[in-house]
Amino acid sequence: MIADDVTLDDSGETMVCPGGPLLLRGVSSYTDEAGIAHRVERPVVAVCRCGYSGSLPWCDSTHKRLPPDRRPS
Amino acid sequence: MSTTDSRPTLPSPRGSLSERILQALRTDPGGLVTDAAAVALAEPEDAALTLWVLQELSYRGFQDVPETAEWEPPVLAVRRHLQVDLEARLRSRWPGHQVPESDFAEALLQFIQDDDGPSVASYVHTHATEEQVLELLRWRSIYHLKEADPSTWTLPRLTRGPKAALAELQYDEYGAGRPDRLHAHLFAEAMAALGLSTRPGAYLDECPLEVLEMNNAMSLFGLDGRLRGASMGHLAAFEVTSSVPSGHLVRGLRRLGLAEEIVEYYAEHVIADSVHDQLATRLICAVLAEDEPEQAEDIFFGAFTCLDQEARCARTLLGRWGVAA
Ligand code: FES
Ligand SMILES: [Fe+2]
Ligand SMILES: [Fe+2]
Repeated sequence: MIADDVTLDDSGETMVCPGGPLLLRGVSSYTDEAGIAHRVERPVVAVCRCGYSGSLPWCDSTHKRLPPDRRPS
Repeated sequence: MSTTDSRPTLPSPRGSLSERILQALRTDPGGLVTDAAAVALAEPEDAALTLWVLQELSYRGFQDVPETAEWEPPVLAVRRHLQVDLEARLRSRWPGHQVPESDFAEALLQFIQDDDGPSVASYVHTHATEEQVLELLRWRSIYHLKEADPSTWTLPRLTRGPKAALAELQYDEYGAGRPDRLHAHLFAEAMAALGLSTRPGAYLDECPLEVLEMNNAMSLFGLDGRLRGASMGHLAAFEVTSSVPSGHLVRGLRRLGLAEEIVEYYAEHVIADSVHDQLATRLICAVLAEDEPEQAEDIFFGAFTCLDQEARCARTLLGRWGVAA
């Protein structure tokens, strides 16, 4: 599952949203599982956990259209 | 009146009530003679336009109205009558909802996602013409040119947790410190790129009752601290139902080859509102319901009102376009 292994570049905070993304607060970049660093420009970002986002690594709400059993727990 | 004043001038009246009040606002707001009967008898569109103008005095106001008008007692009295009427009408449409005993955020999310109102965005995705999309954007400009402002009124009325979360959400809406990233500004730039006016309220005269009422409801919920639950429930429903439709709009706008600025505006909302909906449901509404249980049902009332107003606007617009909704 994407974003299980979050690498934060500074003292960010995280919050898992059941069925949806992982929220990261106060980070200036996010490194995905392929080791690619993505710049963060918002106070809080949502990292996709379902894997189906069209804008990976970010959540684009595609999870809302998945049947409940395919959403991340 | 300075030539660099970016504020609008008063819109056209829509009946005898707005005629009289707009005239008084221009000339002598403090001298307005309040007539409760005339307010009660006004046609819905006349009343809605009048309330829109009066609530607008608490935002940036109008070039042709003295700034003292906002707090003149007779002006406030008329505003109050119209607000009471509007709230009663909104509550009469509300079927009620059981306040969940546990997992408030999930229950609220479910309530919002179960809504099956007509989707203008899906129609834009596959069928709408450029002319139809421009009409949609002109109607939406009444809100988007002051995007996020109505919910900001609620900020000082909240307890600690919801306040911090709303401030965080609004910080993003307001560009996270960068004036050129303000969502209202991104929308204005897109309007300009499409050859449309960026003056707030420029297209008010062509907006029907449903658009006026939708904007009036948001301002009412924000301005009246008693309605803080409804204000935050409205915000949650707005954010939860934004990302997926914004994606449809992105594809529809690309299909029509419209300016990249408007595509960008909606693309930004696909991503931003995938964050905002989580903040609004989990960190604002659920915590507000816990801190102030007497606001819990109003959170659902506000969410319902947002969805209901959106459906009314969608039916009106799709009806004008000859599409069954
Ligand atoms: S978690 Fe939202 S799109 Fe994947
Ligand atoms: Fe926004
Ligand atoms: Fe938003």
